[in-house]
Amino acid sequence: MTALLHVNNISKRFGGFVALDGIDLEVQPGERLGLIGPNGSGKSTLVNCICGTLQNETGSVHFDGHVIDGLAAHQRTHRGVARSFQLPRPFHSMSLADNLRVPLLYTVHARLGGLLRSAGELDSRCQELLEMVGLAKKAKQMPRDLTQVEMRKLELARAMAAEPKLLIADESMAGLSHSEIEDILALLVRLNERGITVILIEHIMSAVMSFSQRLAVLVSGKKIADGKPEDVVRDPEVVRAYIGQ
Amino acid sequence: MDISFDLLINAIAAGLLLGGFYAAVTAGVSISFGMLDIVNIAHPAFIILGSYIAYFFNINYGVDPILVSIIALPAFYALGAAVYQVYYQSFEKRGQESLRGLAFFFGLLFVTEVSLILVFGVDYRYVEAAYIGPSIHIGLIDLPLRMLVPCLAALALFGAIELFITRTFTGRAVMAVSQDQQALQLMGVDPIRIKRIAFGLSIATAAVAGALLIIIQPVEPSVGREYIGRVFAICVLGGLGSMPGALIAAVLLGIVESLTATFYGPSWAPAVAFGFLLLTLAFRPAGLLGR
Amino acid sequence: MNTAKFSLITIAVGAVVMAFAHWVHVDYLYFASYTILQFIVLATAWNILGGYCGYVNFGSAAFFAMGAYSSVFMHKLFPLPVPVLILLGAVVSGIAGFGMGYLTLRLRGSFFAIATLALAVVLQTLVVNWDYVGGSRGAYIIRPEEIEFAGITVNYIEYLFALMLGLAVLSLITARTIERSQLGFGFATIRDDELAAEASGVPTLRVKLIATTLSGAFMGMAGAPFPYYIGYLQPSSAFGLEYAVNSIAMPMIGGTTSWVGPLVGAILLGSAQQYATVTISSAVNLLIVGLMLVAFVIIAPNGLIGLVQERLRAWRKP
Repeated sequence: MTALLHVNNISKRFGGFVALDGIDLEVQPGERLGLIGPNGSGKSTLVNCICGTLQNETGSVHFDGHVIDGLAAHQRTHRGVARSFQLPRPFHSMSLADNLRVPLLYTVHARLGGLLRSAGELDSRCQELLEMVGLAKKAKQMPRDLTQVEMRKLELARAMAAEPKLLIADESMAGLSHSEIEDILALLVRLNERGITVILIEHIMSAVMSFSQRLAVLVSGKKIADGKPEDVVRDPEVVRAYIGQ
Repeated sequence: MDISFDLLINAIAAGLLLGGFYAAVTAGVSISFGMLDIVNIAHPAFIILGSYIAYFFNINYGVDPILVSIIALPAFYALGAAVYQVYYQSFEKRGQESLRGLAFFFGLLFVTEVSLILVFGVDYRYVEAAYIGPSIHIGLIDLPLRMLVPCLAALALFGAIELFITRTFTGRAVMAVSQDQQALQLMGVDPIRIKRIAFGLSIATAAVAGALLIIIQPVEPSVGREYIGRVFAICVLGGLGSMPGALIAAVLLGIVESLTATFYGPSWAPAVAFGFLLLTLAFRPAGLLGR
Repeated sequence: MNTAKFSLITIAVGAVVMAFAHWVHVDYLYFASYTILQFIVLATAWNILGGYCGYVNFGSAAFFAMGAYSSVFMHKLFPLPVPVLILLGAVVSGIAGFGMGYLTLRLRGSFFAIATLALAVVLQTLVVNWDYVGGSRGAYIIRPEEIEFAGITVNYIEYLFALMLGLAVLSLITARTIERSQLGFGFATIRDDELAAEASGVPTLRVKLIATTLSGAFMGMAGAPFPYYIGYLQPSSAFGLEYAVNSIAMPMIGGTTSWVGPLVGAILLGSAQQYATVTISSAVNLLIVGLMLVAFVIIAPNGLIGLVQERLRAWRKP
C-alpha cells in the first residue's frame, strides 16, 4: 500500500537555526498518526512544509502519489491537504458561516469544477459543519465574539470544510476542558472512520495516546522515534527528551 | 563612449564617499524597518527636517551644521519616541499596522514636506562651512572636502550605532526584540519601552543625516522623496536588520549611482536606487546578507 | 438591490448630473467638477486594491501618468478619439499593474507598498528623459474648441466632462459588483488573513493580480483624457503629489470597506480642495489633506462611513 503522505529527508533552516534536519515520515491512508515533541522541536515547521506555507530546502514531499514540492499552499489544499492553525486565524470581518464558506467555495466548489453547489447547498453545508463542532447557534456571529476555545473549534471546522484527504490538527486542544477534549477526539475519530487520514499534533498525552495508531516524536528538528504508541513512550531516548526538559 | 580612466576613478571615489553617507542615512531605517519591522517611509522627511534645522542655525547664527545636528539629537529622539507612542497606541496594538500604519507615515511624510514648503519655500537651500569648497588631491583623485567630511562623520555615526547595538544592554535588547518579543518580556524587560527607545534613536540619526545631506548638496523639501527609494533599497539589498549588510549595500549603491551620473547624466540617478530596489525585491528579497 | 438595478440607478443619476451641468453651462464648474470626478475614479480604483485587499499603493500617480502619457504619445504619432485613448490608458496601466504585482506581490504587503513608491519615481525619471513625449519641458496638446457627433456640436470641455462622468459611473458600478461577488469575497479573505486564505484554497497570488490589474487600469483610464483637459502636460503635474496623497486620503477618510467611502471622500475632499486652492493656496490645501489623513487614520480607522455605521448601530440598540 503506497503511503498517502511521504516526507522524504526534508530540512529547513532559518538563518543559522536548523528547524528541521532530515525528517523522514510516512503516513498511510486512513491512519491516525500522533506527532509529539517539546516546544520548538519543529512540529509546526514540519506542518508548514507539508502544507506549502513554507518551502523545504532539501528533500521532497509526496502526497497521494505526486511530488508536491513547489506547489503553492492553495494548490495543496485543492489536492486534499488541510490544516488548522495552532493560533487560530479566523477571517475577522466575516461571520462564522462565511468563514466556512471560504474553503467550501475555493476548494470544494473549485474541485468540482464550480458547478455543483448552489447557494442553498453551501449554506446548509456550513450549518452542518458548525453543528459538528457545536457552533451552529453562533453561525451569524463574528469571530471576535468567540471564546478562545470556540475559535479553535472554528479553526478545525474550517479545515474540515475543505473536505481533505489528510487533516493536520495543530494543537487544537490546548486549554480545553476534559469533556471538550473528548468531543474533539470523538469528532476526529468520526472523520477518520469516514476515511480521512489524521495527523494529531498535541501536548495532551492522554488524548494522543488514546487517538493514535502510530506515534512519532520530534526533538530539535530530528525524528527520534516512530512506532506504536506504547513502545514509543517507553523508548529511553523519548523519556530523556521529555524528563530532561 | 570614451571612458577616461581619470573620470572613472573619480566617479568611483565619489561613489565611495557618497556610499558612506548613504550608510548613515540608512542606519535609522535599518533600525526601524530592519529590526522593529516598522515601515517608516516618513524617515526621509525627518532627514530633510534635520537639514533645514541645520540650515536655519547655520545661516542665522553661523553655527557649524554638524554641531547643530548634535545639539538637536535629544529633540529628534524625543520626536521619534512620541511618534512611536502614537504609532503603537493607534496601530501596532490593534494589529492594523499594515494598511493604516503605512497611511499614517505617508501622511507624516506629506505633512512634513508641505509644512517645509510653506515655511521655507521651494528654493534650494545650502549651508556654509570651512570645508565646503576645498578638495584634497591624491594623485588622479579629487576628494572634495564637502563630501569627505560628511562621509567620515557618517561612518563615525554608523560605527557608534553598531557599537550601541552590540555592546550595550539596551542595544542588545533592541536586537532581541526584533527576534523574540516574548522572551524579552520573560526577562523582565518591557518590549514596548525598548521599541520606543529604538525608534527614537532611529529618528535621532535623521538629525545628523540631515545636516550631512545639506553639506553635500543643496536641499529643497521634495528631495526627501528621492531618498525613500535609496534608503529602502539599501536596507533590502543589505538584508533587513544587518548593519554590515547595509554598509556594503550603501557603498555599492553609491558607486553605481555615481557612475550612472557621470556617464549617463545626473537625471538618471534617482532611477538607479529604485531600479535596484525593484530588482532586489523581485529576485532576491532576502538581500545580500539576509537574516 | 441587485447589480442591474444599481447600474441603472447610477447611470440615471449620472444622466441627471449631466443634464444639470449642461443647463448651468459654466466653464469653471466643468473644470472643477472634472477634477472631482477624476478623483472619484482614482479613489475607487485605489480602494479596490487598498481597501478590499489590504495592499497599499503609494504610486497611484504612476498609473495615472501612464494613462496621460500614452495619450500624449499617441497624439504625436496618430491622433485617436479620446474614448479610444481611454481604452489604451486602461490597457497600458493595466499591464503595468499586472507586471508590478507579479514582481512584488509574492512578498509582504509592506514591500509591495515600497515598491509602488519606487515605480512612481522610476517612471517619472524615464518620462523626464524621454524627449518624444516632451521630457521635462512638457508637451502641449491643443484642445479643440468643439467636437461634432452626428451633426450635433458639443463644447469640448463638456465632452471631457461627460467622458469622466461616464468613467466615474463605470468605476462605481464595477466596485460595487466586485464587492458582492465571489471575487470580492476572495479579496476580503486576503485582507483579513492572507495565510489562512491561502490555506483555505484561495489562489491568493492570482486574486491579488486581478486587483492590481483592475486598479491600475482604472487609474490609467482616469489619466488618459488629462492632457486634453489641461492642455500642457509636465511630468511634475502628471506625477504630482496631490494624486498620490488624494488617492489614499479620499478612500481612507471616506471609508475603505465599501464603494461608498471613496465616493464620499472624493466629493467632500475634492470640493474642499477646490475651494481652498482658490481662496487660500494650493500648498496649504495639500497640508490640510495630509493632516486630515493622519487624523482620520488615528481616530476613525473606518472613515466617515464607519462613523456613520457606528452611530446607526448605537441608535438601533436602545
